[in-house]
Amino acid sequence: MQCEECGKRPAAVHIIKIDNGAKTDMHLCEVCALQKNPITLKANFSMQDLVAGILKSGSVGPFKVDIVHEVKCDICGLSYSKFKTSGKFGCSNCYKVFGDRLNPLFKRLHGNIIHTGKLPSKAGSKIKLDREIERLRQELQSAVNNEEYEKAAEIRDRIRDINSEEQEEHDGQLD
Amino acid sequence: MGSWIKDNGPSNNIVLSSRVRLARNLCDIPFPAMLTKEDGSDVINKIYDEEARNGVFKGYKLYDMQDTGFVDRYALVERHLISPNLAVSGSIGAALISSDEQVSIMLNEEDHIRIQAVLPGLQIREAWNIASSIDDKVESKVDYAFDERLGYLTSCPTNVGTGIRASVMIHLPGLNLSANIDKILQAVMQVGLTIRGIYGEGTEFIGNIFQISNQITLGRSEEETVDNLTGITEQIITKEKEARGLLFDNNRIMLEDKVWRAWGLMTNARSINGQESMKLLSDIRLGIDMGILKSIPVSVLNEIMVETNNASLQKHASIELNSSKRDIIRADEIRKLLMQQI
Ligand SMILES: [Zn+2]
Ligand SMILES: [Zn+2]
Repeated sequence: MQCEECGKRPAAVHIIKIDNGAKTDMHLCEVCALQKNPITLKANFSMQDLVAGILKSGSVGPFKVDIVHEVKCDICGLSYSKFKTSGKFGCSNCYKVFGDRLNPLFKRLHGNIIHTGKLPSKAGSKIKLDREIERLRQELQSAVNNEEYEKAAEIRDRIRDINSEEQEEHDGQLD
Repeated sequence: MGSWIKDNGPSNNIVLSSRVRLARNLCDIPFPAMLTKEDGSDVINKIYDEEARNGVFKGYKLYDMQDTGFVDRYALVERHLISPNLAVSGSIGAALISSDEQVSIMLNEEDHIRIQAVLPGLQIREAWNIASSIDDKVESKVDYAFDERLGYLTSCPTNVGTGIRASVMIHLPGLNLSANIDKILQAVMQVGLTIRGIYGEGTEFIGNIFQISNQITLGRSEEETVDNLTGITEQIITKEKEARGLLFDNNRIMLEDKVWRAWGLMTNARSINGQESMKLLSDIRLGIDMGILKSIPVSVLNEIMVETNNASLQKHASIELNSSKRDIIRADEIRKLLMQQI
């Protein structure tokens, strides 16, 4: 489920607000939950602090909060809360599942969140081809929109060439 | 014996060795901590298959941890070929070690693959080149866990990105004797590197041997990492030389006394423990570099450093050694190695 406020980040906090007997439900991401329900932050806040803070404010205000769904890796089964205590990922898919919530950790450990070093030649060339295909698709769309059918056919052929090239490469790896 | 032990390298009078380690993982398979025994063997078989045996890993020896006794495992640790972590790991770990012991590949340690190259002296860039070319060859056979934004995905978030850990093992008796080591430790940590003593714990650095390594792996390229560590190490070498020179000029008798006492003990003791021999070995290294003692090949000093560790002594012994027996054999070995040099 996506955050109901920003629609960008995954929802991690479930806020139930009871106001004059009327109950409203909100599923928010960590960032939006914080804005909706500001709490005093420590200099170096963590998810634990945040959730604990929100839970605490619930006992004095008209808020009842719990965490709806634990984020869990569908390949290895590691949950985000388990990761917070162990500090080790279970598999490479965990990175994808935990997503942007890892950024503060990377920032603290490395001061960065984007890799700038070596690319594996295989993945590297695939990444390059994928980017090229994406670019051509957009070109194709605008050619179609402009009714430039000859140009569109050309672009489509190029996309097909790259796709089959990629396929050949893939097949080559199999034998 | 490994190249870093027996060969000479640049600035070898101060930098004992340079090491580069790359952490890699296969995609779609849980990291080793979550692997079953069966899947663990699959990882090993995938990387060390028929083709690799006759290709990239030709002449390499496979040490399957489940078939390797603890004495042998720790002897590999003492030669810096595997990590203590792999030695204590369960039965799914393995190591591939090149015949010149420059390269070792740990399988199913914390990550599926850890490629390591170690060279004598200050040669971090060369070690990176070796490790990277093996990385390319391994990568051509398997699919790595790699993310366009985050780079190489690793079991621990401290390694994600390049997965590189570059390090030097460096001997700093001058800075330690002149009470400047704390300043160096602080300066090194401020530029994002870590430094720790190799022997001994806490603030006591037995044998004056330190390991300096990078911490940052995300958002900094391998070249930057290697250049940064090389540059800092060069600065530390300059400071260490300065400190040695000052000690020699201002405290010559004290220095000579220290060195000759070390020589006297090491060539005469009949029983010596590991800590004492590490301390004295540092004094002897320093004495040779300062021209107080006549030159002894660095390989002999390194052999003493490595081969008189507990597991290596046990490996060459026919009976099980207790600590007092070990101290006697250690003293014998050291005497033998040093007396051959006179
Ligand atoms: Zn949101
Ligand atoms: Zn996972």
